[in-house]
Amino acid sequence: MAKDLETQQAPPDALEASFPTKRMHLNLGPSHPAMHGTVRAVVDLDGEDIHSMKLDIGFLHRGFEKSCEGVTWTQVFPYTDRLNYVSSIMNNVGYALAVEKLCKLDTPDRAKYLRVLTSELHRMCDHLTLVGAMGLELGAMTVLIYAMEARDILWDRLTEVCGARLTSNYARIGGVARDLPPGWGEKVEKTLGRVTELREEIDKLLTRNRIVMDRLLGTGAITREDAINYGFTGPCLRAAGEPYDVRKASPYLVYDRVEFDVPVGTRGDNFDRYLIRMEEMKQSDRIVRQCLEQMEPGEIAVADYRYVLPPKPEVYGTIEGAMAHFKLIMEGIKVPAGEAYSYIEAANGELGFYVVSDGGGRPYKLGVRAPGWNMLMALPQMLEGKLLADLIPTFDTINMIGGEVEQ
Amino acid sequence: MSQLAVERLKERLPDAVSDAYEGVGGDDVAIVKKGRIEEVCRFLKEDPELLFDMAPYITAVDYLGEDPRFEVVYELYSTQKNHRLRLRVPVPESDPVLATVTTLWKGADWYERYCWDMYGIRFEGHPDLRRLYMYEEFVGHPLRKDYPLRGRQPLVPERPVDEPWRGPGPAGRD
Repeated sequence: MAKDLETQQAPPDALEASFPTKRMHLNLGPSHPAMHGTVRAVVDLDGEDIHSMKLDIGFLHRGFEKSCEGVTWTQVFPYTDRLNYVSSIMNNVGYALAVEKLCKLDTPDRAKYLRVLTSELHRMCDHLTLVGAMGLELGAMTVLIYAMEARDILWDRLTEVCGARLTSNYARIGGVARDLPPGWGEKVEKTLGRVTELREEIDKLLTRNRIVMDRLLGTGAITREDAINYGFTGPCLRAAGEPYDVRKASPYLVYDRVEFDVPVGTRGDNFDRYLIRMEEMKQSDRIVRQCLEQMEPGEIAVADYRYVLPPKPEVYGTIEGAMAHFKLIMEGIKVPAGEAYSYIEAANGELGFYVVSDGGGRPYKLGVRAPGWNMLMALPQMLEGKLLADLIPTFDTINMIGGEVEQ
Repeated sequence: MSQLAVERLKERLPDAVSDAYEGVGGDDVAIVKKGRIEEVCRFLKEDPELLFDMAPYITAVDYLGEDPRFEVVYELYSTQKNHRLRLRVPVPESDPVLATVTTLWKGADWYERYCWDMYGIRFEGHPDLRRLYMYEEFVGHPLRKDYPLRGRQPLVPERPVDEPWRGPGPAGRD
């Protein structure tokens, strides 16, 4: 037997010869552990290369816009929590700003600081989720555990403010729901210290890791022109070299009063997207600390009872308070007729709300511009001709959130 | 801020823009005629002083009872000049067809599919105008104002629910 094998001669170029492959279709999802949310990707494979790819979304569609047209302006807030459920306060704030734009309402300084402060904490949560999940799917489970610890202690702090880990429902039209509990600032600083430690651990585990670099460097790349053409925003656009950040381009709330840098990449690949997320967490840390320093005690909502519920002693003690309360609960806020588009920098890019009011207590139309939409749309182009294995990290780093893309 | 865009648009394509105004919050809005949208967008994208290289959001609104009934809204942004412009295009119910802008901005692809899916506005020249969220068998367009809020079209027949608190499972199970 052994002799037979010895006599058999392999052709000299056997190692270089291409492996005979056949074309096949592969269905990834809608329920697949590596496809966050419920996206179905039909991949046309040639061996291990992606020949073409088609996406099918809508499995998580629950009629967000239609539901919003049936409830009052204030009742929309819990629905916005479910858009990007990892960083819900930013959705609350984005929606509140859109309605306030239509009402021409300006919020008190403290409310603005509170919105920025909580938003930035949630931005860190969002990026931690991305980095952790990406690590998990590349085989580095430790990273997920570290990221989850960091995320959960941040969520603990946010729970103390708004009462929920995920569905925060914190902003209101004209301000925010609650003020900070006493002694919260010091606790946050302690938490941020621990988060920094964990982030540095993650950085040590991932950034110079051979496997991670092999999987991320140069994969899922998109050029700056294509990224703009596709309407990329947020970290994915900045990774491609375009420094567009809503917080700098058209500052809202108090972003013009705090100092922070906007990291910009050069290659537009998965590795740059990952690095930008890591750097943005540092910048969010800076913003949170500055907010805590600059914030002064004061009102957390405008004292205009056409928009904001009066305090309870007034509701029970005065006829005006009782009437305002009744009107706001039964009829909703009367938003002046008109249309407006308002946008903020959410964790994954520009989160826009297009609101149309007919002057009644309910939204006539509420359109959501979800940041993940454009990135997901470009996925087939980013992956065609690449390996199937590149799909997983690319899907991670564009950070498509089913809740907001599929509404 | 981008008054410039509105003025240049009025100056170069005066008969394509029926109205322009400053909306709430200082946004610039132009109302564009339906047949000219592609031409207007091409001008806005290619004019060296405007350079609207990104279309971050396209959506539609159903103004039921008004004429024209629909409106398609284009939100445009220029990364180089950092200005924005919103185009509103009235679309009549009798002829809900617009020219596509996917030839200018690839990012318009899914937004136009969304408008078709939710409002039934077709885009001529779109490479792949399928429904985006709903399934192909779905009848109607759910975000139209005359589609009922609780309208149901299950693909598989729904089982009757006797006691809504328990759900459709077999009886006698705790």
